[in-house]
Amino acid sequence: MIKGDSLKRVLYIDLTKKRFWIEERDELFSKYIGGAGVAIKLLEENCPNDLEPFSPDNPIIFAVGPLNGLFPIASKTVAMFKSPHTGNLGESHAGGRSAIAIRMAGYGAIVIKGKSERPVFVAIHGDKVFFRDATTLWGLEESAGRIIRNREGGAGLRTIMRIGPAGERLISFACVTLETYRHFGRLGLGAVFGSKNLKAVLISGKKDLSVTDFKEYRNLYSELLHQLSESEKMKKYHELGTPTNVLPLSFSKGIPVKNLLENELKGIENISGEKFAQKHLGRRVACAHCPVACIHLAALRKAYEDEPYFYRTVYLSYDYELIYALGSMLGITESEDVLKLIEVVEDMGLDAISTGVVLAWITEAFKKGVINQKQTEGIIPEWGKVDSFIELVRKIVYSETEFYKDVARGIDYASSKYGGKDFALTYGKNEMPGYHTGAGAHLGYLFGARHSHLDSAGYAIDREAMTKKLSPEQLAEKILNEEQWRQILSSLVICFFGREIYTPEIVIKCLKLAGFNLTEEELLKTGREIYANKYRFKIKAGFDIENLTLPKRVFETPSSLGLINKDFVYKAIALLKENIKSLL
Amino acid sequence: MKKQKYFFFHLQFKIITCYNFIMPVFVKDSDKCVGCLICMFTCAQAHQAAGLESSCIKVRSQGGISRGFSVWVCRGCEDPPCARACPEDALIVRKGGGVLLKEERCTGCGYCVKACILDAIGWNNEKNKPVICIQCGECAKSCPYKVMEFVRK
Repeated sequence: MIKGDSLKRVLYIDLTKKRFWIEERDELFSKYIGGAGVAIKLLEENCPNDLEPFSPDNPIIFAVGPLNGLFPIASKTVAMFKSPHTGNLGESHAGGRSAIAIRMAGYGAIVIKGKSERPVFVAIHGDKVFFRDATTLWGLEESAGRIIRNREGGAGLRTIMRIGPAGERLISFACVTLETYRHFGRLGLGAVFGSKNLKAVLISGKKDLSVTDFKEYRNLYSELLHQLSESEKMKKYHELGTPTNVLPLSFSKGIPVKNLLENELKGIENISGEKFAQKHLGRRVACAHCPVACIHLAALRKAYEDEPYFYRTVYLSYDYELIYALGSMLGITESEDVLKLIEVVEDMGLDAISTGVVLAWITEAFKKGVINQKQTEGIIPEWGKVDSFIELVRKIVYSETEFYKDVARGIDYASSKYGGKDFALTYGKNEMPGYHTGAGAHLGYLFGARHSHLDSAGYAIDREAMTKKLSPEQLAEKILNEEQWRQILSSLVICFFGREIYTPEIVIKCLKLAGFNLTEEELLKTGREIYANKYRFKIKAGFDIENLTLPKRVFETPSSLGLINKDFVYKAIALLKENIKSLL
Repeated sequence: MKKQKYFFFHLQFKIITCYNFIMPVFVKDSDKCVGCLICMFTCAQAHQAAGLESSCIKVRSQGGISRGFSVWVCRGCEDPPCARACPEDALIVRKGGGVLLKEERCTGCGYCVKACILDAIGWNNEKNKPVICIQCGECAKSCPYKVMEFVRK
């Protein structure tokens, strides 16, 4: 790290006492780079093993890395906390303006602890931290962000992270929304905010950063900018965005349909990336310091039923995962219907993936008689019928009945109580992302430290396996190697969409300009260590590595690689388990 | 002595360059702006800095990202209000438009920033002095979506 770099500064905020202080943690950033690497160490320091996720002491940690603010597409922030959804490691990444705002405010990490007596929002403007009363904002859906935006300074360079009613009501899969369209989606950071009476965090700042060789920096910067803007590797994110995957995945039977009861959906072309772009694309936007602009906003025009010639137009961000979870997974084949469901999920502040999978489980459980109308309060869920799903989402957040309170804890909990475990698509208690491409994807969700498709990109390994068969040993090795390398990218913190451009060679060059002299070997070793740190935390917090299984449904519906072989999978599970244990 | 000589040549070179080749940037279509801020980062680089503080271009959402962005960049006024507002004559009006900052005269009062209604002057907090557009066109050249155009007059 360059001497004097503000990256080493960690801002601590105590919501109980309304105090804040700054500690300089050179050693932490020099050894673990930033982002995920630093966040897991700060989590270890601030979160004892037996701490309850809703305890005031559960810390919320945000961390950025040395390349944020220096190089393009280093545009993400890592959040870590104890997850109320799984009870162990909570890790979620988000872009928006968050990473640049934290770095420009002069911090490498922010640790928020304690619980405010009343609703509060925290405004961090450079070195100053303000605790603002948020009593009036509590209970508001989308408008809370608008009110904060109008009352605070730092326009253009600030991030506003806020929760909706789901976070306030401690729904275990509530998200934190940034800049209206980006999210710390998974594992329930929104509920941790809610448990602290923390409605929002605003961060703004503007700083110059140092580099070791300015001339070299400018050259590398323009080379990377050129590649990120022009390269074929980035084209799909530029144009249709991630929904470009809908049709190819559907063609290869890799997109889950109706709670994975099926692998084909008639009419899926109506919710393809192409269709969304043609019918709805209203604007494209980017995270700060990213030229790709993968955020696609749909303009949905809605008529008022009781008044002629009155319309409202809402802008909604759509992505592959949302089209899967709130579309194909529920048998919905109308793009307008997917957008209507996205709107309510956004308003409530829920994780879209978990919400979709929860709704799919409720629908199948209802059809199989595991639950009935008494539990759903008269709502009859039906594949493809959006109105009942919209009602269900509101019930999950607002209803006080036992059933809705149970599903608000995720389907691992609900299925343990009501039955229907065989078709509860969860991995280490987290709901399934949208790839049923083969064993690689499912093992990736199961063993990824945050049970995300982004941990090890198992779907990409499955794609490879389509042309060249892999043994369980090879599969396990590929999953582990990929996830360990991704620890470096998420410590820097680079968006994974740029992973093919940020090769180890480029990363080393960039790090050198930021004052980190590391060899490729040292880098990989650090990646392995960060991965081990995460697993150590998980296991100490109660993650049961000994008894990991995949949902039964996964073996019943053919994937892109055909029916998944149980023996193959369990052999790979045993190998992954041993490998991980040997790292600890 | 050597240093002073270098400074002299540098200044002269700059003035001659600007006199002969005024290179204004204008915002062609701000509706195409995605808010990536690459222009701001490259502007800072043109001022020999990394980060955002030394950037004089501004990108702001028009009240929420769904309404899109507005981009504020120096117009290179021929009769610039920023120079008129400077009580120390630290901003020198260039022939053909825009201003040059004479740093040694600047006291950091900030009147120039207030006088620019386009908000196209940056501020370097460490130096406590304004950051003035040098009409280099880096912002327009680096914009991935060609929101701005860079034209030689």
